[in-house]
Amino acid sequence: MTPRPDKLSEPVATMPSLRRRIFTTDHRIIGIEYLILALTSVTIGAILSLLMRIHLVWPDRVLPFYGPILPEDYLAMVTIHGTIMLFFVLTTAPQAGFGNLILPAQIGARRMAFPVANAVSFWLTAVALVILLSSTFVPGGSAISGWTAYPPFSAVAGAGPGQGLGMDLWLASIAVFAIASTIGAINILVTIIKFRCEGMTWGRMPLTVWGWFTAALLSVIAFSVLLAALLLLFCDRHAGTGFFVPAGDLVSGVIHSGGHPGNGSPLLWLHLFWFFGHPEVYISILPGLGLTSMLLANFSRRRVFAYRTMIVTTLLIGFLGILLWGHHMFVAGLNPFAASAFAVSTMAIAIPASAKVLSWLATVWRSRPSYTTAMLFSIGFISLFITGGLSGPVLAQPILDEYLHNTFFVVAHFHLIMAMAAVFGLFAATYYWFPLMTGRMMSESLGRLHFWGTLVGAYATFLPMHITGLMGEPRHYAQLSGVANAAGQLLAGTLPLNRFITWSAIVLSTVQLVFFVNLFHSLRKGRSAPPNPWRATTLEWHPALHPNAPAEALEEATVVYRQPCEYRPTPGGELFLPQWSADTNPDIKPE
Amino acid sequence: MPSTITPIRTEPKPRRHVEDHDNGSGRRPPTDKRTGGGGDNDNWGDRPRGNHGPRERLVRYRMGIFFALASDMMFFVAIVSSFFVNQSTGHFDAYNNYINEWSATTIPPILWLNTLVLILSSITMEIARRRMFHEVDAMDEWLGLGKPITRRAIPWVAVTAVLGTIFLVGQWIAWEQLALQHVFFLSNPSSHFFYLITGVHGIHLVFGVFGLIATLIGLYVSRSLESRQIMVDCASWYWHSMGLFWIFLFVLLVFFQ
Ligand code: HEM
Ligand SMILES: [Cu+2]
Repeated sequence: MTPRPDKLSEPVATMPSLRRRIFTTDHRIIGIEYLILALTSVTIGAILSLLMRIHLVWPDRVLPFYGPILPEDYLAMVTIHGTIMLFFVLTTAPQAGFGNLILPAQIGARRMAFPVANAVSFWLTAVALVILLSSTFVPGGSAISGWTAYPPFSAVAGAGPGQGLGMDLWLASIAVFAIASTIGAINILVTIIKFRCEGMTWGRMPLTVWGWFTAALLSVIAFSVLLAALLLLFCDRHAGTGFFVPAGDLVSGVIHSGGHPGNGSPLLWLHLFWFFGHPEVYISILPGLGLTSMLLANFSRRRVFAYRTMIVTTLLIGFLGILLWGHHMFVAGLNPFAASAFAVSTMAIAIPASAKVLSWLATVWRSRPSYTTAMLFSIGFISLFITGGLSGPVLAQPILDEYLHNTFFVVAHFHLIMAMAAVFGLFAATYYWFPLMTGRMMSESLGRLHFWGTLVGAYATFLPMHITGLMGEPRHYAQLSGVANAAGQLLAGTLPLNRFITWSAIVLSTVQLVFFVNLFHSLRKGRSAPPNPWRATTLEWHPALHPNAPAEALEEATVVYRQPCEYRPTPGGELFLPQWSADTNPDIKPE
Repeated sequence: MPSTITPIRTEPKPRRHVEDHDNGSGRRPPTDKRTGGGGDNDNWGDRPRGNHGPRERLVRYRMGIFFALASDMMFFVAIVSSFFVNQSTGHFDAYNNYINEWSATTIPPILWLNTLVLILSSITMEIARRRMFHEVDAMDEWLGLGKPITRRAIPWVAVTAVLGTIFLVGQWIAWEQLALQHVFFLSNPSSHFFYLITGVHGIHLVFGVFGLIATLIGLYVSRSLESRQIMVDCASWYWHSMGLFWIFLFVLLVFFQ
């Protein structure tokens, strides 16, 4: 339609166009918005963790502009740190951020299935974050019952500062987040099922896409259960019911048990929460698992070892992930028979996980990888996944968990396997896809510095936590010194090691400045990137799908002919067949 | 993977025929299975193969709503699980007696009537949905003879909305009757669940009725047949699921308390 002349002469206001750019339905921009949200969140979360570490070992220090850190402040920091990191970093960045940015291109689609729902999902997530952060500034401060919000602590407003309005805001934030994530997951599922281009059969889908797919399936199942649990908890707090409050529960000197001395059970919350919570931790790691397979194959110029098996293990990890929530409840009063069942299902998941590790090793076995920063971070991912995974089967023994539950041993386990491994996956993704997002390369030398600093820092921070955990250091303790009697002596005994951990954490966070410098420097001044800098085979590097490709190229239908990662060493060098290459004779090197 | 298992070309490019193309003489009829009948850009024969086809958009939205409903089902499953957990939990009093407070809430008989109304509304909605895909009417629309599909579907959608409202009013009456018997939300663990389940399901139906009203407006306003089909189709799958959920919840309330 030709615009009417009077429309043409109107001055173009900048504001609407800016607004249109921000409230866009373009999946690439939404993906970047998600990544910015995650980067903001991770910064806040990291600062909180530093404050916690410093307070733990130097409890007398006063926070500038604030005053002394009280035990409840420490718990509020634990809660916000955990909630932000799990929900707003590890769920948004790998799944929604890189999912939006890369997923459609990797399956040869031009857009997501429901662009408007996509935008709605992002803005709901942003609102959820604002609600969560705003809880810091209400009377009483933010909630102090941890990211798992166990009742009756979370069910009774008088249970502590922050358990009033702060807890309500926490509930609201997570409810909004759950709805947003469900919408996003539906979008991802339908996009993958319906928008694959010609020839992109299920068996040819990159393993990253399989990761996103499985994580989205888990989201659809898990988040609505969380929503139901939040609703019941809300009723307990405001409608006088007692779903989670046991009979005659004494909180702060007042007997609470809902409207009647009732049938409530905190165990019910644990069941509902962990039915969501364990899939949630897999949602955060599955995209990283897929990415690692792809990057290892790409940089060692090999096919992924046992591609079909890797697809099956991805789905199997997802499936088993729904069946083992009880391993978080061994000491909560679970029936011992149920505990045995959950122990078995938990250890069963080590089988597909080990299959993945074997495939990674077989993929790189006797290859000569090029150690780019993205590759290094993928290798780091494997290292952390193994280290963190080894303590998993230990914790899965109910009898060992009796001692280890609620100690720093568990903190070490999940920080290595989830926090650090997933973050390494995110770093690998950033270094790998940066050229695609910006047309520039990130600095490799800074990247290498960043990698080694982060790897050493991560191990130095989290490995010793196993030892302090075994020594008996409990989670959620604001202070280790100044406690009377034998227990106090035991706690004080962990202090030297804890000081070391704090210093390591400071180093670990400082090293991240290198990443920020690299990011912002490369954004403006980075070397400009060739169209396919890593010689990758997956579709997002297809010339027609490149952000700067001419519009006519987009009209060409994309067709896929093969599985990703087809590289063959030939006498005359290496043969490299991208998924879109129609070349049918793989033994003749195209000139 | 050896190439015998993954042949290089499992899906050859479709051969394209000139005569399949829209030659500019007008839109293809909606009953032409090779095209969507939506006019420009609707030459499905000229699109990449795979998951594209005449009803691509409809199927995509339908799939979206199915996933959303699956997620919603898990929401109800969680609440029903809590129902059973609370039902079988008790506590010991000061004299070491085991006490389970649960005492079943009597179901107001009007719920049977409401259930009947809801089943009826599902039937009317299904009639509306089928009318949207009536080929002869679609052909009439394509020929430019007004919007017969809308004309024939609107009454049924409207009747569904009315029946849905009657159901909601009926649920309200049930609550009132219970209140007269001094059975409130807080009276007993079982009444918590009675009110919670009927309430949450009722909210879903309120959304459903609003959705039906929006669909009615859409049927009037929208000119694209495909959009109208999608609206009615998605609304009706939602409606059917709410009916199905209700039957399960009702059985739970009647027989498993
Ligand atoms: C070999 C596989 C794994 C096994 C056998 C395993 C086992 C366990 C067990 C038994 C616990 C409970 C410990 C306790 O609370 O006392 C636990 C906690 C945890 N695991 Fe794992 N795990 C495995 C892999 C993972 C992965 C892949 C992730 C994340 C991506 C993860 C994240 C977590 C988190 C976040 C917690 C603690 C949650 C909390 O209490 O706040 N685990 N794991
Ligand atoms: Cu778990």
